[in-house]
Amino acid sequence: MLLKLTGGRIFDPAHDMNNVVRDIYVRDGRIVDAPSDGKVDQEIDVRGKVIMAGAIDMHTHIGGGKVNIARTMLPEDHAEAVVERTELLRSGCGHAAPSTLTTGYRYAEMGYTAGFEPAVLPINARQAHMEMHDTPIIDKGGYAMLGSDDFLLRMMAANADQEAINNYVAWILTHTQAVGLKVVNPGGINAFKFNQRKLDLDEKNIYYGVTPRDILHRLSTAVTELGVPHPLHVHGCNLGVPGNMNTTLDTIQGAEGLPMHLTHIQFHSYGTEGDFKFSSGAAQIAEAINKHKNITVDVGQILFGQTVTASGDNMRQFAGSPHAHPNKWVCMDIECDAGCGVVPFKYKDQSFVNALQWMIGLETFLMVDDPWRIFLTTDHPNGAPFTSYPHLIKLLMDKSFRNDMLSTLHPEAQNATHLASLDREYSLYEIAIMTRAGAAKLVGLADRGHLGVGAAADITIYTDNADREVMFSKPDYVFKDGQLVVKNGEVVKVTWGTTHVVKPEYDASIEKPLQEYFDKYHTMKMGNFKISNDEIADDGRGSLTIQPLRQGGKL
Amino acid sequence: MTQNNAAKIWHEVASPFCGIASDDLTIEVNGSTVKILENGDAITQAGFETPITDTQPRIQGKPASLAEAVEHIANLFRHSQQPLIGGLGTDLNGARAALALADKSGAIVDSQYSKAAFRNILVLQDTGYMTTTLTEVRNRVDLLVVIGSDIEATFPRFFERMVWNDESMFGQEIESRQVVFIGKAPSGDASTSPGGRKAKVLGCADADLPEVLSVLRALVKGKQVQASEVGGIQVAELQRLAEQLLEAKYSVLSWSAGQLDYDHAEATIQTVCEMIKELNATTRSNGLPLGGKEGDTTVNAVASWQTGYPMRTSFHRRFPDYDPFINETQRILNNNEADVLLWVSSFNVAVTPPQSNASTVVLGRSGMQFETEPEVFIPVGVPGIDHEGRTFRTDSVVSVPLRKLRDSGLPSVFDVLTAVEQAL
Repeated sequence: MLLKLTGGRIFDPAHDMNNVVRDIYVRDGRIVDAPSDGKVDQEIDVRGKVIMAGAIDMHTHIGGGKVNIARTMLPEDHAEAVVERTELLRSGCGHAAPSTLTTGYRYAEMGYTAGFEPAVLPINARQAHMEMHDTPIIDKGGYAMLGSDDFLLRMMAANADQEAINNYVAWILTHTQAVGLKVVNPGGINAFKFNQRKLDLDEKNIYYGVTPRDILHRLSTAVTELGVPHPLHVHGCNLGVPGNMNTTLDTIQGAEGLPMHLTHIQFHSYGTEGDFKFSSGAAQIAEAINKHKNITVDVGQILFGQTVTASGDNMRQFAGSPHAHPNKWVCMDIECDAGCGVVPFKYKDQSFVNALQWMIGLETFLMVDDPWRIFLTTDHPNGAPFTSYPHLIKLLMDKSFRNDMLSTLHPEAQNATHLASLDREYSLYEIAIMTRAGAAKLVGLADRGHLGVGAAADITIYTDNADREVMFSKPDYVFKDGQLVVKNGEVVKVTWGTTHVVKPEYDASIEKPLQEYFDKYHTMKMGNFKISNDEIADDGRGSLTIQPLRQGGKL
Repeated sequence: MTQNNAAKIWHEVASPFCGIASDDLTIEVNGSTVKILENGDAITQAGFETPITDTQPRIQGKPASLAEAVEHIANLFRHSQQPLIGGLGTDLNGARAALALADKSGAIVDSQYSKAAFRNILVLQDTGYMTTTLTEVRNRVDLLVVIGSDIEATFPRFFERMVWNDESMFGQEIESRQVVFIGKAPSGDASTSPGGRKAKVLGCADADLPEVLSVLRALVKGKQVQASEVGGIQVAELQRLAEQLLEAKYSVLSWSAGQLDYDHAEATIQTVCEMIKELNATTRSNGLPLGGKEGDTTVNAVASWQTGYPMRTSFHRRFPDYDPFINETQRILNNNEADVLLWVSSFNVAVTPPQSNASTVVLGRSGMQFETEPEVFIPVGVPGIDHEGRTFRTDSVVSVPLRKLRDSGLPSVFDVLTAVEQAL
């Protein structure tokens, strides 16, 4: 079947197409050339409408143990957002920690066609994939989390050579079925188990004598040398601590030119000035990002209201637990592998700190020049649920709306920011970069995020509307792999996306020390730790898509 | 795996029959006979070695084909005012299918093990907790305090694998590990150290646990206690334990909610969990709830991610409607609030459906015996013996793959429930 989308305005930054009127043809799930005989089976008139590739959320906590703890913990949050079943759709619940089914439907309804779980604990990867398997329509993938696992720290303490570490990283990525590598509070989750309560960039883990800086260096080198397209995904030290902007600036400097992605940068951009000893470091951070072309960031914008914070960073989550709202929380140490902390939180617009967090996020968006290196996230659900993206897009695209919102916030916080004087408004083209072309490039998805011939036909079509929140809430059409899944903002067909992975090669010799390690110290066998390809296919509706490594990738 | 003439030997087999899900079993399969060769115990032996007897479905006691049985169940569901899907002894895909069917048919879901599981879930939903997992315990525990539970009776290999292992990753002298029981004394010697040191027991009745633990928490917080004895335990003994907890570098407090079998035991668990949070002001301490066998953890996990809620959720109003008290199996059946009971028990022949006035359908392990023949009985395969599957451990973090060890031809719970759902 050949489908023709006629006369839409194309925003396809991967091909430098900025508002270019062009027809798109789709066959067998792919974008194809115009047929030579001009024959089409179906034509949809999309003249005047805005066409982009399906959006990609490159950092969203949609699957795995900590999200599921959040779900189980928050019946009262679900109760206000239960979703009825329909003939087509399963029931579920929405808001801060939505059910997997509702997550897939909601993403698709907003024109998103992929989401990536950024904190897959290797030992919990099987669960993360089970949950993503039950998340309909969108594609998914995960970043495996290392850096506080004892195997790596033992290697580092023993001064293992970089090649051995590369081998281990490749083995982990392969057998957890991951598409990238993440580090969370490098070494800090481990240090917390030894009762350390903070760990600065150059502070040593008391048992291993290893510093976060060492860990970042080893892991970013591994990712680069293996040719994994997604740079090391870094949740840095000292999340949420006033003054942590200096740690972040040191981290950027310390990357020494290696590619590095700093996630939810907003939570890492705090100064200590002013009466509240809490100030915005966005200007300095943005300046450093603008200067260091090896650095990419996503923002982790906060928006006001109830949500839940779910993180691997149990050291910082424990420190934040007195702020739990409602007052309940979980912290876990996990399997000599990692940890997690789940703390419900309510961001309040009349709180000085929360208001300033909101401003810091927006300042960062507006002061980082290159939209290919900054990504639109709320660190769902940590800053806000992902369903607030259309609102966030409006804040970025509409200065008067932004300043109206700003004027309602905590007055002292308003005085502590230059946000009102920032004139920048994002264009549709820049939004398409941040949420499509740039995100696909960052994650390493060769055939997504663009509308060129050969691309997967993940396509979102909007009616242009000056109210960008309305526009981005309810696309006219969303196609997933060429199938119409959403019409007028409602799901009309349920499909099951693929799981994107990378498979860097590794030398099997790494399994010898791993086997010994599992047998001696673990409560699970190495063979049972590995997640097979069949497990991803599962009951038949799952599939694996192996993304190519960067050229020049080596072991 | 290796081939060995007629018999097949399987290595590194995981057990779904106990919540610690040991995955180091060696198993021999000869035809349909399963025998554990290495690392078995009383619980895994019963789990793996129970023979297949019946393989044919029955409707009202008469042999029927699988297709007829499925159609009969679908018909019961079509005419039901309120179905209840209970038992739920199943694996990942069985749980998925049960939830899909519940959503479509407006059923209530509950698990055989909810009574115990909710003692922990209610604490999670009220105040939360700090917990750890088995491998951390194996490598870090220096003081294990067991609350009101005889662990080895239901987790025979817990001490061998998690406490008296040969070596800790961090150079800890294993023999120096301290074990203290509060409440029940251990039934055997599993908690005795390799060097022969017996665990300390501060014995008391279950009924006294709330008071004993409240006093312990007060002492940990440095409060003065006037009494000299509580629940038959000297307060001085509790004071010593409080000091041990404050001095320990990585204490673990463990309980099996199934053994805290008294009304509102969740309040006791909450006291322990809040005390653990307080201990973490200065040192590290964690809880370790033990439970989760036969799909218990799995069904709660799957329900939470698919619906937002664990067990005890009704789909009658077309959306998930959670109530841990209203949606309880026995209460519903006692009040005749369900007219069809679909009972799933694929692991354990002893877990049979409760007596009730509801039309009862059983998807049960082959060999299950009934006082009253159910309306429909379908012998189903055991996950991890008759078909592949996955199951969660007690910590709800680690899940293990379950293998197909023999070819029995028995359908899985997923097969049957998916067929029923599609027939609706």
